[in-house]
Amino acid sequence: MMAVRLKELPRRRYGQPGNAACPGCPETMGLRYLKMALGDDAVLVVPASCISVIQGIYPRSGINFPILNTVFAAAASTAAGMSAGFRLRGMDNVKVVVYAGDGGTADIGLQAISGAAERNDDILYICVDNEAYMNTGIQRSSATPYGAWTTTTVTGKTEQKKNVPLILISHGVPYVATASVGYPLDFIEKVRKASQIKGFKYIHLLAPCPIGWRFDPSLTAKMAQLAVKTGFFPLYEYYKGKLTISPPSRPFRDPKRRTPLIEYLKLQGRYRHILNDPNALKRIEEYIDEQWRWLNLLESTNGH
Amino acid sequence: MADYPTSLPIEEPRTLFKAPLSMPSPGASGVTGFWRTMKPVINEDKCIKCILCWLYCPEDTIIRRDDDSVYVDYEYCKGCGICADVCPVNAIEMVREVV
Repeated sequence: MMAVRLKELPRRRYGQPGNAACPGCPETMGLRYLKMALGDDAVLVVPASCISVIQGIYPRSGINFPILNTVFAAAASTAAGMSAGFRLRGMDNVKVVVYAGDGGTADIGLQAISGAAERNDDILYICVDNEAYMNTGIQRSSATPYGAWTTTTVTGKTEQKKNVPLILISHGVPYVATASVGYPLDFIEKVRKASQIKGFKYIHLLAPCPIGWRFDPSLTAKMAQLAVKTGFFPLYEYYKGKLTISPPSRPFRDPKRRTPLIEYLKLQGRYRHILNDPNALKRIEEYIDEQWRWLNLLESTNGH
Repeated sequence: MADYPTSLPIEEPRTLFKAPLSMPSPGASGVTGFWRTMKPVINEDKCIKCILCWLYCPEDTIIRRDDDSVYVDYEYCKGCGICADVCPVNAIEMVREVV
């Protein structure tokens, strides 16, 4: 697979200006990179999420994809049926992509995604992880990290973030990867690679939401990069039973080369109440270490 | 025993009414340039044509010319300021919008 180069990306205007997304929205960034990677042969399945809002109202759509809106709990199963339908009609070039939020993946849609992964249905599932239910007003989800403020955890969440990519790896699906909107070329490369594979593909895309994370909209890209640089959100891919750390994340395997965690937390208003609490900061550090311990363990078993 | 066909031909569904389909078009939620309080102004002399602003713009309102220099579509730019933040040479400045 050729590495994606910035100057070789398609020049066509793939975004759809004038949609209903907030300024600095990471989801429209992700959609644009998705379109750059897949071109016109992709169909989107969207459960209830911000994407349904960004679409806008009839008769115009603010997203440059054919979209089927479905219910929260059935995104993966809807896509599985759609994919089977396209195969029956001989339209093998059409790629069915689910673009769901973290609530629709880690909480409400988990049984559907687990079923589709078990059946190895031919779909690409992208989870846009903004770490809470941002569309309905910043309620906590199981993908919200420890200590983060949301409207339902006003003193900070007391549990750790659910690690969905590792759950999917244990399903034995062909392709699982994590990506971040701060590293678009890495994301585009992963989507292109996944679209060549037959079977169930999963990409976990980190999308820092300026509204819910309480930071300035101009920092969306920087925040997505800081999450990787602090080691908080490692980028990796799991393909054919082998786990590899992706190039943007490789230097940060060494804890000494990571950006100090406080640089990432202090820019976000949702962590304001724990900045002076050493115990809470220690718990987040421990979460980072534990994630990397799992990744190193999985990587060391490659080829066995 | 009845003689069932082994495979049924798939027919196009007949619709009795025109299905209400939304078509993608710019400005689905109006002219979003009115949302802006700060607007990006590009200093063409400083620009090194790295097109990082084009890459990171969530709205695709930074438009790339053939020689990789860029300009802003002020009709739809929401003024988030990501372009100014990612610019490595600070060629984009956010200035107050004056109506």
